[in-house]
Amino acid sequence: MISYLLKRILNSCVVLWLVITITFFLMHAIPGGPFTTEKNLPPAIMQNIEARYKLNDPLWKQYTDYLVNLTRLDLGPSFKYQGRTVNNIIAQGFPVSFHLGMNSIGIAVLLGIPAGVMSALKHNQWQDRAIMLLTTFGVAVPSFVLAAVLIHVFAIKLSLLPAAMWNGWQFQVLPSLALAGMPTSYIARLTRSSMLDVLGQDYIKTAKAKGLTSYVIMYRHALKNALIPVVTYIGPMAAGILTGSFVIETLFAIPGLGRYFVTSIYNRDYTVILGVTVFYSFLVIALNMIVDMIYPVLDPRIKLGGNQEE
Amino acid sequence: MIFKKWSVLAIMMVMLGTILAGCGGSASNEQVMRVVIGGEPETLDPAKMTGVPEGNYAQAMFEGLTELDAQALPVAAAAEKWEISPDGLKYIFHLRANKWSNGDEVTAKDFEYAWKRLLNPTTAAEYAYMLFPIKGAEAYNSGKGSSDAVGVKAVDDHTLEVNLERPTSYFLASLTHSSTYPVNQKVVEANNEWATDVSTLIGNGPFKVSEWVHGSKLVMVKNDQYWNKDKVKLAKLEWTLVEEMGTALSMFENNQLDFAYEPPMTEVERLKKENKLQFSKIVGTYYYEFNNKKAPFDNPKVRKAFSLAIDRATLVKNVLHDVHKPAYAWIPFGFTDPTNKKDFREEGGALFKENIEEAKKLLAEAGYPDGQGLPPITLLYNTNENHKAIAEAVQEMWKKNLGVNVELQNQEWKVYLGARKSGDFQVARAGWNGDYADPMTFGDDIVTASGNNYGKYSSPAYDKFIETAQNSNDQTVRMQALHDADKTVMDDMGVMPIYFYTDYYCLNPKAKGLIASPTSIYNFKYVTIQE
Repeated sequence: MISYLLKRILNSCVVLWLVITITFFLMHAIPGGPFTTEKNLPPAIMQNIEARYKLNDPLWKQYTDYLVNLTRLDLGPSFKYQGRTVNNIIAQGFPVSFHLGMNSIGIAVLLGIPAGVMSALKHNQWQDRAIMLLTTFGVAVPSFVLAAVLIHVFAIKLSLLPAAMWNGWQFQVLPSLALAGMPTSYIARLTRSSMLDVLGQDYIKTAKAKGLTSYVIMYRHALKNALIPVVTYIGPMAAGILTGSFVIETLFAIPGLGRYFVTSIYNRDYTVILGVTVFYSFLVIALNMIVDMIYPVLDPRIKLGGNQEE
Repeated sequence: MIFKKWSVLAIMMVMLGTILAGCGGSASNEQVMRVVIGGEPETLDPAKMTGVPEGNYAQAMFEGLTELDAQALPVAAAAEKWEISPDGLKYIFHLRANKWSNGDEVTAKDFEYAWKRLLNPTTAAEYAYMLFPIKGAEAYNSGKGSSDAVGVKAVDDHTLEVNLERPTSYFLASLTHSSTYPVNQKVVEANNEWATDVSTLIGNGPFKVSEWVHGSKLVMVKNDQYWNKDKVKLAKLEWTLVEEMGTALSMFENNQLDFAYEPPMTEVERLKKENKLQFSKIVGTYYYEFNNKKAPFDNPKVRKAFSLAIDRATLVKNVLHDVHKPAYAWIPFGFTDPTNKKDFREEGGALFKENIEEAKKLLAEAGYPDGQGLPPITLLYNTNENHKAIAEAVQEMWKKNLGVNVELQNQEWKVYLGARKSGDFQVARAGWNGDYADPMTFGDDIVTASGNNYGKYSSPAYDKFIETAQNSNDQTVRMQALHDADKTVMDDMGVMPIYFYTDYYCLNPKAKGLIASPTSIYNFKYVTIQE
């Protein structure tokens, strides 16, 4: 177990280094820099700005400096937002994105799994069809469309909830629902197909033959195994949701980290691009490791570090 | 029993509804103005800020020597009065008694310090050129002179002497720009990062920052140290930091905002019908820039033919819902001629008229009858739905009226800026907004030596008119020279104006007293919320 973990951590460091290196050189290859503005700056002013941010150093030096600073967990200053550091931007933005993400994951899991289970149990009955119809919409409708509908109905027409911002629980309802729409539907569909698959397996038939109650069969034997693909999906989904959704955060003016994924590239804010990418990569790697460690709990046949599935 | 259950549920729903209904608007009668004009400020340091939202935040927090009145003319602000020498080279400003929001006295020394800080090359301020009319300023900024040689000096705590390189009749107007605002020398020198911390964000304006939640809101409260505090009725000015203007509109319609800047174009017709939209003049021109150095647009006849062949009124009506105005000159509406208080553009009128027959004739004279023989032509614009729609309409008009096939090319913002700066284009979309309330902010933008003249328009006659306007101390001579320059560039069609910008916004009808300046800076100092 420990040697498996150490191996995974080592691999993760290599992956992280590759991500940083590729991102670093790619972003410098894009035309335009952080201080390219519509108004032409006199060359002397431009030189002063570049000197301040060490952009006039050779690229290899900027790269090695970045790696050295990274070992001290210093992600550097933002070029766009003067006086703010990338650490500061992540520290302020991530908790908000995390909060919004946890709301959405909570909704997705609490609604999606029971809906999927119900759909499987009522296979081909009206409940199954209704849930499948709803989840088809949920998967097909993009989050920004769902957000626009929610804002129009609940904020503008009914004046029940605020249209945007992040100042209290009532501000969280619409963005959390908008962000949860797709994953809820996807989890419901995944749970349903997985449950149907498991319910058809021999050990369930054996359990039925032994005379176990349907409750025990469902929750102790079937659901646990049926959740493996769901958990596999939740890992990367959680990483995506937790670091924020650019669209939802922009539409609801939420001060999370999500918006920086896109705006930092528009702004050529090099340090923010790298910082957010490193942070995101770290999160994806960590969540995937956690998912891997949950597998043996759900299915004892799965063992970490090889010799899986007998 | 069933009735009981339903009634409990109904009561709960009503209670929930009551709680939620209170979410939208502000509940108290406090004088609060909730505004969206843009997103998170890059900085709140006047010397380093560049964008329109930042200019607005700065105007609430700071006060320059002058400010613009409702007619867009500079009037006394932090300076109570001033004297100008007959040759227009020396300005003596007398500061009124005023305090910084921390209680320190605002002195002429703070102005001298702020201006020299703006010009200091290590500050690397984009707007340092706003003070280039001052003697020795440009030399200091480019590293060729010293700060001691800059012609600004605090004679005493309340007197600031400024010596100019040449008479600059728009100097008072340029002092309304945020880059020229004072900063508290003691505070800035004590902490280099003073502008990032609410406790050290000290201003001399009508409001002071009380809270800054990055990416969310910037809250300002009335500054009790402000000299004219009795005229300030708002207790709080709350800037919601929103980049997406569709979101701002939703917030306005949900009573979360009193002012929402530039709602999406797709909503304009509905908002007009619902009487929710207001308009104000701004000094901005949307234009297409020809590459004057490359064939075929090095030929003025080709440039004119392309310009005369598009129907601006139809374009503005159909694509821009008549929000903006068709442009038949380079210098836009919004500048007040100081000699007669008339609008500069209204005085100058339209400088050309669309004429398809004339356009065809000019193109044939240039050697391209019905567009034959023209090299492949590409129109460059940065990725944006409005730019795309305008480019498509223009492409269609050029095809229909001149028989010319034009390819459209859109590029991401910074890639497009790079292409324009390097001259790697034939025709490119462009826009120019004035920095200060004088036509010179347009005039000197396309002189041969201007760094912003990416189309490389060059005309000795044009340059001469601008030079006359720059060097004259007589407003009548200046205004005439600027009109002549405007006519010259339109005769050459060095740039092709399409429309003059107009500012449009949603404003709570209860909010009275807003002053909208033609540089898109909104003065909330005299606003009251009437019940």
